[in-house]
Amino acid sequence: MLSHLRPAIVLMVIFTLLTGLAYPLAMTGIANLLFPAQATGSQVEKDGKVIGSALIGQNFTKPEYFHGRPSATTDTDPNDSTKTIPAPYNASNSSGSNLAPTAKALVDRVKADVEALQAENPGVPVPGDLVTTSASGLDPDISPEAARFQIKRVAKARNLPEATVAALVDSHIEGRLFGLIGEPHVNVLALNMALDAAGK
Amino acid sequence: MTLNGWIQIALFCAIVIAITRPVGGFLASLATGSRNVLSPVLGPVERAIYAAAGVKPTESQHWTRYATAMLVFKIFCFLFAYIILRVQTHLPFNPAGQGEITPDLAYNTAVSFLTNTNWQSYGGESTMSYASQMLALTVQNFTSAAAGIAIAMAFVRGFAGRQMQGIGNFWVDLTRITLYALIPICIVYTLVLVWQGVPQTLAGSIDATTLEGAKQSIAIGPVATQEAIKMLGTNGGGFFNANSAHPFENPTGLVDYLQIISIFALGAGLTNMFGRMVGNERQGWAIFAAMGLLFLAGVAVLYGQEAHANKLLTALGMDGSMGNMEGKEVRFGIAGSALFSTVTTDASCGAVNSMIESFLPLGGLIPMLNIMLGEIIFGGVGSGLYGFLLFAIVSVFVAGLMVGRTPEYLGKKIEAREVKMTMLAILCLPLVMLGFTAVAVVVDAGTSALSASGPHGFSEALYAYVSAAGNNGSAFAGISANTPFWNTTLGIGMMIGRFFVIIPALCIAGSVAAKKTVPPSSGTFPTDGAMFVGLSIGVILIVGGLTFFPALALGPIVEHFALAAGTTY
Repeated sequence: MLSHLRPAIVLMVIFTLLTGLAYPLAMTGIANLLFPAQATGSQVEKDGKVIGSALIGQNFTKPEYFHGRPSATTDTDPNDSTKTIPAPYNASNSSGSNLAPTAKALVDRVKADVEALQAENPGVPVPGDLVTTSASGLDPDISPEAARFQIKRVAKARNLPEATVAALVDSHIEGRLFGLIGEPHVNVLALNMALDAAGK
Repeated sequence: MTLNGWIQIALFCAIVIAITRPVGGFLASLATGSRNVLSPVLGPVERAIYAAAGVKPTESQHWTRYATAMLVFKIFCFLFAYIILRVQTHLPFNPAGQGEITPDLAYNTAVSFLTNTNWQSYGGESTMSYASQMLALTVQNFTSAAAGIAIAMAFVRGFAGRQMQGIGNFWVDLTRITLYALIPICIVYTLVLVWQGVPQTLAGSIDATTLEGAKQSIAIGPVATQEAIKMLGTNGGGFFNANSAHPFENPTGLVDYLQIISIFALGAGLTNMFGRMVGNERQGWAIFAAMGLLFLAGVAVLYGQEAHANKLLTALGMDGSMGNMEGKEVRFGIAGSALFSTVTTDASCGAVNSMIESFLPLGGLIPMLNIMLGEIIFGGVGSGLYGFLLFAIVSVFVAGLMVGRTPEYLGKKIEAREVKMTMLAILCLPLVMLGFTAVAVVVDAGTSALSASGPHGFSEALYAYVSAAGNNGSAFAGISANTPFWNTTLGIGMMIGRFFVIIPALCIAGSVAAKKTVPPSSGTFPTDGAMFVGLSIGVILIVGGLTFFPALALGPIVEHFALAAGTTY
């Protein structure tokens, strides 16, 4: 037992220095040299100001923007630190809803969201991803169907022809890697920035 | 289900099959101490470490010495991790000013990471400083993975050797695995992750003003280096609360695919290392085949379930063609989420790219069942192999009973001592999983943490202890487990689940190592053919299925019928 003390302590110290300090710090240096934009979070700037990250979803509520998926992230209640309040797309506290498929809260939430979306675009089936929360609460993407569903509202709010907005949506669909891996998606922030640029 | 989804699954299988032999050959070179491509560079480093630590690399340890070395090392793992977590407010690398970590959370987290479980009662970006992430958690990610592989190597040496007293040297195994396999692979892996968008920085949060003018504070940090070992070492503890669903941990379809491949890479390679070390690669492929068939069954059921939308939601007017998207990310979709969830629970990884709690009832049953079966479907690095070999011992024992002959495995007679130790290792898991669940669902301290009610609430509690004792770390994550009751009981479950399997396994290794190898005869049950594959799958399903069916019936199966009847809770 005692004969194990020296190897245990020495190896613990060596591995701590090697894998806990040298490895992450050296890789931070190398990563920032090779891929400075990605290493620092793929920040997106507009007029010299940071408006977010290309990989992190934002909470869009205005009619003239495409909206992302519902987000279940929360924040601490400023009035009572033991409680939480809804805070969609809180990128300091990623989380899914973790609602059970049989949860009444899930059914009630989807019911309200479906009704609101049907009012905006009657007669068209509401795409599933537009009324379900993502796993991270920060999903930057929506499905191509979810983007197309919103064309009517966005075009109206911006006084643009629907065809113009539709063409913009089509050009922002990112396909599968090699046509195989992942699912087609539309980055909402990129699409909305393109929309702003097109409106000028 | 889509054709494309099945192609993604098939391609994944093909890649895992293709890397199994090369990885196995490399691991075998580490286990046997022969030179490999990295020896010219890392050999001097390795020898310097032994000199500093006072390790005699040629000394082969008796199983009791090997086990004590491992336990003493684990005590220091605990102390280092616990102390660093407790003093994080006094350490540098804390730009977000994360606060103090309570004793029960620090205990739970230290145990969780040193047992390769990586259950997280906390949310990473709102609790851990960068110093804690690197010095406490990344280090444990490496050492717990290396220790798991070391145990597997020792176990295989027991069967491969003849009349030996020793089963290898724990310090040498630990050092060689970390130095030659884990660190070099992680360096390359980290760069690929960063290239794809995973951050690697010591800077604090990004403060952004969104397109609509709102403030958004985006947590960031040294993510990529932890992400690499988190997947490769089947650890699974996320830098962020949302784990591999977070776009910074898993930004693209390519990264997602690499992550699942890296979960299985070492576990699959170890089956081949086993075959090579016992002198017949077919022995390894037989195990690979049994594991592979169980994997395919799991992913097929899970994908089939989640490809359907929740009928309670389609009844409201939601289009169901995308499948069950609650708790899933658009870029991965149903196939990518089903594949990831199967792989992460077949192995003892526990990383998630979708929220298992929001799966349909029978979809959520599969991850739970995968862990209940003992995580022997490729499994955790090392633990999957020795876990499967315990079931192989039961299989040859059952086969021996059928013909009235002393069972043999790989030329070693399996006698009372081996069978007793195997049963101890196999039975301690259900005892912990079911015993703790039974307590937690009747005391207030247990039920007050559950987010769901009805059968799903039961599943939430059951999943927590199954995940802890199975050293998985995934969760029905609605549970608020950061309480003294849950932190303590889950911590105990993780330790029992780890060490009450490892110690009997090492005992078996020591016992069979000392035995003669008897040459195969006409009465020997061949363990490299289809008959063995079928028998071992049968044993695994019967042991796991019969033990857990009543509990599963109370949770996901009841919920399935409740959903069909339109009941909500």
